[in-house]
Amino acid sequence: MIIDILLVLMAFTVLILVRIRHLFTVVVLSGIYSFLMATVLLALDAVDVAMTEAAVGAGVSTVLLLGALHLCKSEEARPAHKPWIPLVVSVSTAALLIYGAMGLPDFADPDAPIHHHVVPRYMQNETDVPNVVTAVLASFRGYDTLGETTVVFTAGAGVIALLRRRRKPDLGTDGK
Amino acid sequence: MKHDLVLRVIGKLLIPYILLFALYVQFHGDFGPGGGFQAGVIFAAGIVFYALIFGLENARQVLPDWLVETMLSSGVLIYAGVGLAGLFLGGNYLDYFVLDPNPVHGQHRGIFWVEAGVAITVCGVMLKIFYMFASRGRSE
Repeated sequence: MIIDILLVLMAFTVLILVRIRHLFTVVVLSGIYSFLMATVLLALDAVDVAMTEAAVGAGVSTVLLLGALHLCKSEEARPAHKPWIPLVVSVSTAALLIYGAMGLPDFADPDAPIHHHVVPRYMQNETDVPNVVTAVLASFRGYDTLGETTVVFTAGAGVIALLRRRRKPDLGTDGK
Repeated sequence: MKHDLVLRVIGKLLIPYILLFALYVQFHGDFGPGGGFQAGVIFAAGIVFYALIFGLENARQVLPDWLVETMLSSGVLIYAGVGLAGLFLGGNYLDYFVLDPNPVHGQHRGIFWVEAGVAITVCGVMLKIFYMFASRGRSE
């Protein structure tokens, strides 16, 4: 019930987001969208993901977007062409995804295939860590998380490589 | 926002608790919700909050650029180092059971260091990106 209300609110947010051209409003609205998403995840009992969504989506990325907005114009330019091709692509992708989602097992169905593959072994919990999410992330799937951490590191290194000022080596300033 | 008295007072009151909450999420991640990624982001958000209220230069004195860049790479190295430690102790790469004579304690030790590595890298990356964006366009 609460999830339905939140999803309707999210749909409204997206519709306003599409219409509006003032970029500050867009940034604030996408922060609100992330908070609604975090609440949906909380209602689905996925507290770990909800925490990440609230901290990254609504918190840090809003600040980063505001920082980027500080550097450019605050009004979105009018598109030069009618957006028919992107519209067709996104609507048909959405239709495919909805069609695919109809074939999924019911939410929280204990007989779903995913609960019979590796989950029984995870639930035996040989790591003795009460939070199964942490056990899966850090121990059972340690390789995946190592890869993810490397991806985060690579993203940071890429931003440094792109944005670092190529300043002449003048003495006295610490902007290397 | 440097001269807003209400913001400064509220910020001073809140920031220690944000950082404390990040540490709680980090070290209590085995028992409750949370873990390295969330803790790193929350810690970075606390510092970003500080930078927004008290100015970027003050934040850079708390966590200077060289430290943030070291965090960026050392987290991944800590994570990979846990894997190597498993190799040297006679197990597979990222095998935590061999890290302690008691296999369950070994798991706890491995997860602790791996989560620490994730938190350090994530916090470093978030802060570095924020620093780079926020410091652009100031001197022009």
